[in-house]
Amino acid sequence: MDARRPSRAITDPMIRRVGFFTPTGNSQLPRTHSNPAGSGSSPHADSPAGNSLSPVMIPPPRHLSDRTPPLPVPETGLRQDSDRVPVGSYNASESLMGSSPSGGIALVGGEFSEESDGWYGQNEVRKHSPNLLDATLRKAPDYLSGTSAPLRLEKLKKSAQVPEKSGKADVEAQNEMQSSLKPLKTKTSKAERRALQEAQRAAKALAKEGDKSAAVSGGAAPKKPLKLPSQKKDGPPVLSSIAASDKKGGDRLPDKERKKDVPPPRMQFDDKNRVEKAKRRAVFHQTEARNRVELFRHLPQYEHGTQLPDLESRFFQLDLVHPAVYKAGLQYLAKDITGGNARCIAMLQSFKEAIKDYSTPPEKTLVRDLTAKISSYVSFFIECRPLSISMGNAIRFVKSRITKLPLTLSELEAKAALCSDIERFINEKILLAEKVIVGHAVTKIRDGDVLLTYGSSSVVEMILLHAHEMGKQFRVVVVDSRPKLEGQALLRRLVSNGLSCTYCHINAVSYIMNEVTRVFLGAASVLSNGTVHSRVGTASVAMVAHAFHVPVLICCEAYKFHERVQLDSICSNELGDPYAITEVPGRVDVNYLNNWAKKENLQLLNLMYDSTPSDYISMIVTDYGMNQY
Amino acid sequence: MPDVQVLVNDFLNKLKKRKIEGSLATARQTAELLRSVISQQRVPYTNQARALIDAVRAVGEQLIAANPVELAVGNIVRRVLHIIREEDLSLTTAAMAGLGLSAASDDEDDADQDNHPVLSAAAVAAAARSTLRPPSLQTLLEDVPDSAAVPHTSSSGGDSEGKSKSADKSSRTRKLKHDVIEAVNELIQDIATCHEQIAEQAVEHIHQNEVILTLGSSRTVLEFLCAAKEKQRSFRVFVAEGAPRYQGHLLAKELVTRGLQTTLITDSAVFAMISRVNMVIVGAHAVMANGGVIAPVGLNMVALAAKRHAVPFVVLAGSHKLCPLYPHNPEVLLNELRSPSELLDFGEFSDCMDFGSGTASPLLHVINPTFDYVPPKLVSLFITDTGGHNPSYMYRLIADYYSADDFVVQRRSPTGR
Repeated sequence: MDARRPSRAITDPMIRRVGFFTPTGNSQLPRTHSNPAGSGSSPHADSPAGNSLSPVMIPPPRHLSDRTPPLPVPETGLRQDSDRVPVGSYNASESLMGSSPSGGIALVGGEFSEESDGWYGQNEVRKHSPNLLDATLRKAPDYLSGTSAPLRLEKLKKSAQVPEKSGKADVEAQNEMQSSLKPLKTKTSKAERRALQEAQRAAKALAKEGDKSAAVSGGAAPKKPLKLPSQKKDGPPVLSSIAASDKKGGDRLPDKERKKDVPPPRMQFDDKNRVEKAKRRAVFHQTEARNRVELFRHLPQYEHGTQLPDLESRFFQLDLVHPAVYKAGLQYLAKDITGGNARCIAMLQSFKEAIKDYSTPPEKTLVRDLTAKISSYVSFFIECRPLSISMGNAIRFVKSRITKLPLTLSELEAKAALCSDIERFINEKILLAEKVIVGHAVTKIRDGDVLLTYGSSSVVEMILLHAHEMGKQFRVVVVDSRPKLEGQALLRRLVSNGLSCTYCHINAVSYIMNEVTRVFLGAASVLSNGTVHSRVGTASVAMVAHAFHVPVLICCEAYKFHERVQLDSICSNELGDPYAITEVPGRVDVNYLNNWAKKENLQLLNLMYDSTPSDYISMIVTDYGMNQY
Repeated sequence: MPDVQVLVNDFLNKLKKRKIEGSLATARQTAELLRSVISQQRVPYTNQARALIDAVRAVGEQLIAANPVELAVGNIVRRVLHIIREEDLSLTTAAMAGLGLSAASDDEDDADQDNHPVLSAAAVAAAARSTLRPPSLQTLLEDVPDSAAVPHTSSSGGDSEGKSKSADKSSRTRKLKHDVIEAVNELIQDIATCHEQIAEQAVEHIHQNEVILTLGSSRTVLEFLCAAKEKQRSFRVFVAEGAPRYQGHLLAKELVTRGLQTTLITDSAVFAMISRVNMVIVGAHAVMANGGVIAPVGLNMVALAAKRHAVPFVVLAGSHKLCPLYPHNPEVLLNELRSPSELLDFGEFSDCMDFGSGTASPLLHVINPTFDYVPPKLVSLFITDTGGHNPSYMYRLIADYYSADDFVVQRRSPTGR
């Protein structure tokens, strides 16, 4: 039984990461290919993804020389994946992987009803080390108690670290844990896979040569057959250690495998129990907004601005969070930092600061304690403002880096490695990605174009400025919407750089669309069904452009891709300050609702995002290339 | 006559300065003005209708030129012209019938010639209208009783009419003007009550627990929703605020005071919310002959979103908004750009306004249109004071309200006179 747990945990990443591309034999191939790329002679031609793409597809690798073997650089998704293979296979240490919470807990999925007597019998086990536990479990009479015991143990181990588990011993809490812990690994790999798939699709669209497309399809094809061998590898230890009765468990494996691919449910704020729990562990108290819209009960809505003074006053009496994290959180809260990239960079920088100042407490391991620390920071960020998907991806990256730290590293080395990893993520996945996107998108701007953009997207702004610097003659239409009026800031920057601009509100978009030749839009995230999650109004603009047969180009860094699917803008969204709607700054004549916001019948809805269906989108520009829908 | 000219000039000024808000007020005032024009107009003995038509046309031409975007003016001018033509026609037919019927019994009774004419003329006019009009559903159904009624009424009043005609020309002159003014009064009445008539149909279209979305503010929409509310229907309304005029705030406030569950959203959130909406109900600025709608800015976006999600897009429009013209490039030609100050704060952007590229063309343009054109394929239903109609039915309604000779008021009138 116990053997099953660690073995699962080890093979976990293998199944998914290896299975997608190639088994060890094949996966060596990209790795060896990318290493010469790392040596820097001709990165574009040799890098695996670059093989099939046009020369600009892959960002030129940076920090090539200082790459050390134990710390593989997440240069591309493919590269990262191939690097993980050896990690998973050589690392037989059960102490590391066996104690990984996701492995132990995810295993038990759906078996709570069966646990009975083993529940209490294993109580004293919790004080022992994992190895001791393993020993006791080996003697454990039945499989059922075995499953519940590690679960409980994990829960207790983590109880001090991960807030979700604070002292809840009931089944519900375990359910919760399961859902909250599962994502970490699956998501990383899936997000990367998504990015890769994107790149491959882009390759297919762009590469005209036959052999190249063949190479790409060769990369995608092994996906299915590969799952089998890795699972077989996984099978024997499970079956050998577990009694014959557990064949059932063996059979269930693929099921669970599939289940794990499903992204975990997000926090639903109409679930009273969970909201209560979340409130209890919150760093600060938030007052619920009144007159909430019925449709959006599942989203958090708080009175804005009420908690800020309180938080600011507590800046110097920090107990829970690092000052850098605290500062970033406050900036989110005060809306000083907005925009997917800016928020993500601020978060990563604060993590870096926190890691620099981190020292492992006695009798704790760096890997686990730091993961828990990061988790607590993340929950603080969530309290300040719900995370964007890009931030979620970045957090997953950081956590996976932490868990992947070789045990041989000293604390200092580990911290330095993490910091450089984070730095590299910022540089390559965000900053460089932006530059690559600009390089791609600029090729789509011709003289005489009229480009329309909506809101204020940092990438689109860079594209426009770059095209202007290149001497292209074009006009820009900046479409804006209430209540944030982000377009005004963009307009100001563009005009002061000498671009010819037209400014209008989103209502006038049908009027202006007649003369527009291209629409450039930013995105908060691109989901796996092609839906683009972006600033509210983007969907309307894309829709009108579609109706006028104007091509819509979405500019989105690959790190913002997510495997979640979404059909509407209601299930997952963020609510802004409702009272921002009633106030119209700069218009004294519009004061109809000045004292009306508190009326019972009147609800104010300030949505932050919406989902653009994929059929409105002509093309997605990512750092891996341009992909036609 | 001079005082009419003063009135006309006053109204022209108001139109030019865009002082009159809304097509309803414009329509009513236009009708009132035309009424006084008609009442002041001296009519010759012969060809009186022509004189009236010319007078109305002359004024109408100026009015339309004063604000070509306000289509209600032109609509009312055409409606009045149509009324004159119809009254004239009905008088002529009545006279013909009277002549044919009561040629023998000429001077029998002089006493009651003052009472009958009005009554009989109205009846004859109605009959004439129904016979002259191309067949519609109503006339088809009412065909039999009407045709039976026409000879009856004309024969009953025939003797007196024939007498009035033969006896006194001036009474007929007065009668035409009188009838026209009566009809124009009716028109004014219709315009004033179109809200109620449209609102009466609300319960037929709004069911329990419906979710309705609207954009901006329209009095027709407000009355429509409140009428449904008064009938104990409970439903919720999403109001898009309609930047940059923010009339949606006003509508939301009104709805809240009437006790409706109201949610105010930004215009950008329309697409996000439309999937949870059962019906879009909006007002219009004008309805064109092809069924296209000139509507407050932003509605094309809403209509597209509604089409995407198969949400019915219902337009409420009084019949005075019905324009007999076919639109050509209406987004530009039938639009009006408002002040940029509604979008940008000049003080804030004063530095940007100065940035010039050296070619004297400013770098910054601000577009603030008033109207949107919603093509007929995006409209599910029109609800007018005469009932609900498909967009493709609009041309039929137009045939009912306007005579084809008046479609072009402006161009023909200089040459025609």
